[in-house]
Amino acid sequence: MLIRLELTTPGTDFMTADTYNQFFTLHGAIMIFLFIIPSIPAILGNLVLPLMLGAKDVAFPRLNLASWYIYIFGAMFALTAIVTGGVDTGWTFYTPYSTESTTSVTTMTMGVFILGFSSIFTGLNFIVTIHKLRMPGMTWFKMPLFVWGLYATAIIQVLATPVIGITVILLILERVAGIGIFDPAMGGDPVLFQHFFWFYSHPAVYIMILPGMGIISEIISTFSHKKIFGYKAIAYSSLGIAFISFLVWGHHMFTSGQSELAAMIFSFLTFFVGIPSGIKVFNWVATMYKGSITFETPMLYALSFLFLFSIGGLTGIFLGALSVDVHLHDTYFVVAHFHYVMMGGTVMAFLGGLHYWWPKIWGRMYSELWAKISVALIFIGFNMTFFTQFILGTKGMPRRYYNYLDQYQPLHGFSSIGAWIVGVGFTIMAVYLIYAIFKGRPAGNNPWGALTNEWETSSPPHPHNFEKQPVLTHGPYDYDKIIAQSTIN
Amino acid sequence: MSNSTSHSTFLAHHFSDAEQQKESAKLGMWVFLLTEVLLFGGLFVFYAIYRSWNPDMFYNAHKFLDINLGAINTVVLITSSVTMALAIRSMQLNKKQNTILLLTATLLLAATFLVIKYFEYSHKIHLGQLPGKFYTFTGVEGTNPHIFFSVYFAMTGLHGIHVVAGMFVIGWVMIRTFKNEFSSEYYTPIEMSGLYWHLVDLIWIFLFPLLYLIG
Amino acid sequence: MKTDKNHITPLYVYLGVGAVLLILTAITVGVSYINFGPWNLVIALAIAIVKATLVAFFFMHLYYDNKIYMMVFTISLLFLVVFISLTMFDTLRRGEINKTEAEPIKKEAIIYK
Repeated sequence: MLIRLELTTPGTDFMTADTYNQFFTLHGAIMIFLFIIPSIPAILGNLVLPLMLGAKDVAFPRLNLASWYIYIFGAMFALTAIVTGGVDTGWTFYTPYSTESTTSVTTMTMGVFILGFSSIFTGLNFIVTIHKLRMPGMTWFKMPLFVWGLYATAIIQVLATPVIGITVILLILERVAGIGIFDPAMGGDPVLFQHFFWFYSHPAVYIMILPGMGIISEIISTFSHKKIFGYKAIAYSSLGIAFISFLVWGHHMFTSGQSELAAMIFSFLTFFVGIPSGIKVFNWVATMYKGSITFETPMLYALSFLFLFSIGGLTGIFLGALSVDVHLHDTYFVVAHFHYVMMGGTVMAFLGGLHYWWPKIWGRMYSELWAKISVALIFIGFNMTFFTQFILGTKGMPRRYYNYLDQYQPLHGFSSIGAWIVGVGFTIMAVYLIYAIFKGRPAGNNPWGALTNEWETSSPPHPHNFEKQPVLTHGPYDYDKIIAQSTIN
Repeated sequence: MSNSTSHSTFLAHHFSDAEQQKESAKLGMWVFLLTEVLLFGGLFVFYAIYRSWNPDMFYNAHKFLDINLGAINTVVLITSSVTMALAIRSMQLNKKQNTILLLTATLLLAATFLVIKYFEYSHKIHLGQLPGKFYTFTGVEGTNPHIFFSVYFAMTGLHGIHVVAGMFVIGWVMIRTFKNEFSSEYYTPIEMSGLYWHLVDLIWIFLFPLLYLIG
Repeated sequence: MKTDKNHITPLYVYLGVGAVLLILTAITVGVSYINFGPWNLVIALAIAIVKATLVAFFFMHLYYDNKIYMMVFTISLLFLVVFISLTMFDTLRRGEINKTEAEPIKKEAIIYK
């Protein structure tokens, strides 16, 4: 919000150029490495995965705890970097600036390295849990789709994260020992850094979205009171996204100086990555068709997701077209695109999941009225902030600039107002959610009348998740066969 | 590995039986090895690209590596893999003494590897064949000869760190064997350490020809 | 399946594989002294792959185990290959646009004939 405040008018309002650079770098690094990548798997997945599978815990509970401590340890490094001079390279740490910058790049990238382990351990844990700890009767195609989402995410986590690990090691060696891998004067290649960096960071964006998509499957089915349409298609598309995501990283590098052959290949492959996502959107809409839809807060978040993620995903395809990207690269169009998918997509899904499982976690309901007000503010504010930025981008406004020509000011101003509206929405959310923990009315086991296994146990769950070992008696979306009773009124 | 409601002391309470626990451990370890392959893989990419850009320089520079020491190290690691595998086999047959002996042999071979590497490194330091900006040697023809040594030290350095880590793991497992924590019924930690150790050997199997045997 | 889990590899398998690995090491060192040009790299890698397969199959027990573990390992190698090859599409083919010649300017466009 401070970034948007600075950008409301051109020129220096209260930040110098250097300070602005530090702000957007830290915004990116913290949001990506400390929030979006870990949030859904760590906050919701850890609790809900074993419950959905009918397991007492994840496969390696102590590794899970280690993953948490490592996260804190990594976060400490990031914090140290902030207070010892910050970082101003952009969250992407491109060479040659990142090898020469006098800011705390080494500390921050060490933090990234450590956080990578946290992510890897979570992914490893989830893979083994899903393979080995499903309850009797739960075959692969009787698992809820949130589990499929977490599984695909975990696969990406273990395959991609080691590469960012080696990337930051090489960057640190370059800074500290001058090995020259990215330095042209020493026969090195700065573009090679980008290959290494994006080999992880592109699949990383699918680490961000896949769990969210899993949540959307759960919410849409539950609140349409209808069996999910195209279960296998959605399950397989999660794996499809995981696989294809590793083939397209060069689309971040169209203007970097990579060979034209590589650029063309990556552009071609990029078009494929949108297909599985599209399949999901169609299946979700088909699920709602002729469903008995109710509009509680989680459903409102899911509907927001459908709209916002579609826009985000579609604009991603625009950017994947090589000739178009040459004009739009590093403009506000890109900023708008990724905020639509990361915030309009993942964050909306995360908030939907939070509101869906909040009663399970605390055993209490939040105020539906205030929750709806919050959704409305966030939705409206978000679109005000970021749709405007698509327009700014096509008009040529570059990203990561603290200053700009006067002609862009009205759009920037409008965008900034939107950001503050979103802020109000989040503040209201914090208040009613925390209030609900203490004063919300009791939720019972199954306030939503849903059929996945986590709703069979008490809210909050029993210390070993279940009183006795559950056995599968029905599929996760058998709304056509079973009427599940809601435990509130 | 202590609390459990069943009769065996090694079964963790969230697993339903020993089989599930063992298979979970194995799957977990293989997924971890997958991450190690990708980690080292990044350095193999580093190698591949710079060798493809500087084929002659790489050839010239590699001549300063001692093939004999490299080959001996390869033999050392392969033998240590044999002793590690035999150690696990001994525990499968409930032969605790043999297990400890073979684990000790593995550790000694690992130490030998590191000693030989120490000699190789100190020779290079002496000659100034160091990575990046520390390179001062003048005997290699071709542009930017320090690149080869950057690659060499990065790859063997990361590998060496994993050898040291492996020694700690094997040492720890050996102590637990000594304290009678394992039997033919439960030897999973030794087996998992073995898998890790074999990967360390595997990586060296590729490092050796790529660094020491360039045409 | 039960027998797989409790399979104890016979001693001769471990020692035999170990011996083969040492022989292959000697071969790969020997071959490196002969100049096969670019094939030296191919031969060295081929021998390394055979050695690696032996270690994986017998020391790491993949030959006797449930196929899932082999799949995990193979997948890791597959993605490494993807990483190297797609990157090399860039690094080995740089500068090609500099070689492209523009078409000579013609009086009429060739579209209409």
